[in-house]
Amino acid sequence: MKIYDLPDKHGHFGPYGGTFVAETLIAALNELCEHYERCRNDPIFQAEFSQELKHYVGRPSPVYHAKRWSEHLGGAQILLKREDLNHTGAHKINNTVGQALLARRMGKTRVIAETGAGQHGVASATVAARYGMECVVYMGSEDMRRQATNVYRMKLLGATVVPVESGSRTLKDALNEAMRDWVTNVENTYYIIGTVAGPHPYPMMVRDFQAVIGQEAKMQMQQDYDRQPDILIACVGGGSNAIGLFYPFVDDTGVRMIGVEAAGKGIGTHQHAATLVTGKPGVLHGNRTYLIQDENGQIVETHSISAGLDYPGVGPEHSWLKDCGRAEYVAVTDEEALSAFHALCRFEGIIPALESSHALAYAAKLAPTLGKDKLLLINLSGRGDKDMATVAEQSGIAL
Amino acid sequence: MNRITSTFAALAQQKRKALIPFITAGDPDPAVTVALMHQLVQSGVDIIELGVPFSDPMADGPTIQRSSERALKHHVGLRDVIVMVAKFRQKNQAVPVVLMGYANPIEAMGYAAFAEAASEAGVDGVLVVDYPPEECAEWVQQLKKWDIDPIFLLSPTTPETRLKQVAQLASGYVYYVSLKGVTGASHLDLDSVRDKLVQLRSYINLPIGVGFGIRDESTAHAIAQLADAVVVGSRIVEEIEQASGDNPLEVVGNLVASMRRAIDSASLNEVVTEK
Repeated sequence: MKIYDLPDKHGHFGPYGGTFVAETLIAALNELCEHYERCRNDPIFQAEFSQELKHYVGRPSPVYHAKRWSEHLGGAQILLKREDLNHTGAHKINNTVGQALLARRMGKTRVIAETGAGQHGVASATVAARYGMECVVYMGSEDMRRQATNVYRMKLLGATVVPVESGSRTLKDALNEAMRDWVTNVENTYYIIGTVAGPHPYPMMVRDFQAVIGQEAKMQMQQDYDRQPDILIACVGGGSNAIGLFYPFVDDTGVRMIGVEAAGKGIGTHQHAATLVTGKPGVLHGNRTYLIQDENGQIVETHSISAGLDYPGVGPEHSWLKDCGRAEYVAVTDEEALSAFHALCRFEGIIPALESSHALAYAAKLAPTLGKDKLLLINLSGRGDKDMATVAEQSGIAL
Repeated sequence: MNRITSTFAALAQQKRKALIPFITAGDPDPAVTVALMHQLVQSGVDIIELGVPFSDPMADGPTIQRSSERALKHHVGLRDVIVMVAKFRQKNQAVPVVLMGYANPIEAMGYAAFAEAASEAGVDGVLVVDYPPEECAEWVQQLKKWDIDPIFLLSPTTPETRLKQVAQLASGYVYYVSLKGVTGASHLDLDSVRDKLVQLRSYINLPIGVGFGIRDESTAHAIAQLADAVVVGSRIVEEIEQASGDNPLEVVGNLVASMRRAIDSASLNEVVTEK
């Protein structure tokens, strides 16, 4: 039986979420809510979405038992939900396929997106090409430098990448800029938000599209292990891959859920992006949620080795899951994430994204403290090909 | 009667329209702001909108965004802005001051603490860009407790059902954003503004200010024919930016005075001949 039924009809998860936007965006959000509500309840739309996930994205993604690494860690068994095997190499594509189908239904011919690591930008450019739509991606100039390959990938796919020079020149500034574009061009433009943040209905809609991760995992666990995992672990920047895995398990209170944030150079250094672990509630990007901010309520620049976690906010549903105690949130440092990155390469022959390496790093800490009969299911949200330059630089190697 | 209401009542009696300039507090330097406010008054403005700097001004274009960044270099926070208003009030008790900004600095300070401090400093109205009517019942309650007017934005896309909602919460005046997009955009469709104002007036019994896209004497004059108040923001902030190292008082004073003449003149020809 389904007990958890948030958000309410105004997009609130307890005190979090909502629609904190300028009046100029209200009509566009209302239009989006209406269309999404219709598609959500339309079996034809849902069937089309499933078909695309199967034939274009390559779902279902396997649940893989990382035996050698588990043995090395000497405790609980590590299972990986292989979102890295999706088309374009990360979970982001689940959501962009869903939103592009919705955009098409709404008659929009142009899609825009913000991107941090470039994964959501690539996923947006990909579906725009797939469905024949114009695509503009906003990306902080600092992130463009860190993720040059993904910038080129988006261009190959026919997208225009617009560098954002304002603020800290990272994901949050790209989000501001995309919002500005949307306000100005709302008639023909659909804004594909890449994470479970932003104003209602985005946190709910992106969660619904990503929930396929947890839904599949539940069935696969039943089939292969005849039981559900003891603990779910996923990295949290905005939090879309984590919500995608957690949401179908929220009512299964026997399953622990742990979100892993980026502690960057350490929680005490102020150079981190651990929003839920260190932040305070506030309002940013259209919703009320935990934020990393100073005493004046200004948003503070964050740091993480992984561009995808480098965000001072977090999806409002995570704020709620934290406050009500259903999920736990922890943080691991750049260094711990890197070490888990190398471990997975060596023990399993899988190169993980630096984002996902945060979830792996926490699993590596937790597993040895648990019995060998315990099952940890980790969302391996993306592959690490995009991070080659960053990792090489950290090891002092010039490519 | 608070300062905003009495200001509009006096203007109505004289059959004049209000001129409302926007500046960002602390831009280019916190030391200039209070002097700039007095200069605006001298140049003939009726109400001052004072922007509270924010790190992520989503609804603003590049001009106002840069002004926020300049102010933030000096770490100007909401509490500092309230102190600036108190200083302005030492010499001026007549001209209403409206704070304009984003939700998070207010969330960080707390509704009650903010409303009390703002009221004591002499703030008359507050416009929070990202508090739409459906998310701000408690906020409006706190403001009204201290006789501060909650100012709301309306846009060309605001549906009629929401106009009723805004009418119930708003006081002082409402601010009609005359075009889609962010602040600092440049095209303005006077016919659509005229039509929309007719619709707004059938729901809202408050003075209506029109802003976005007012860049010169001719647009200021044209809007003054339609609205109760003309709001000028990016154009003034541009002057402040270009004055950079120099003192912006004189250039801003001249610009605002020319807008004042354009608004008060019966025809635009009059403005041009005066020059």
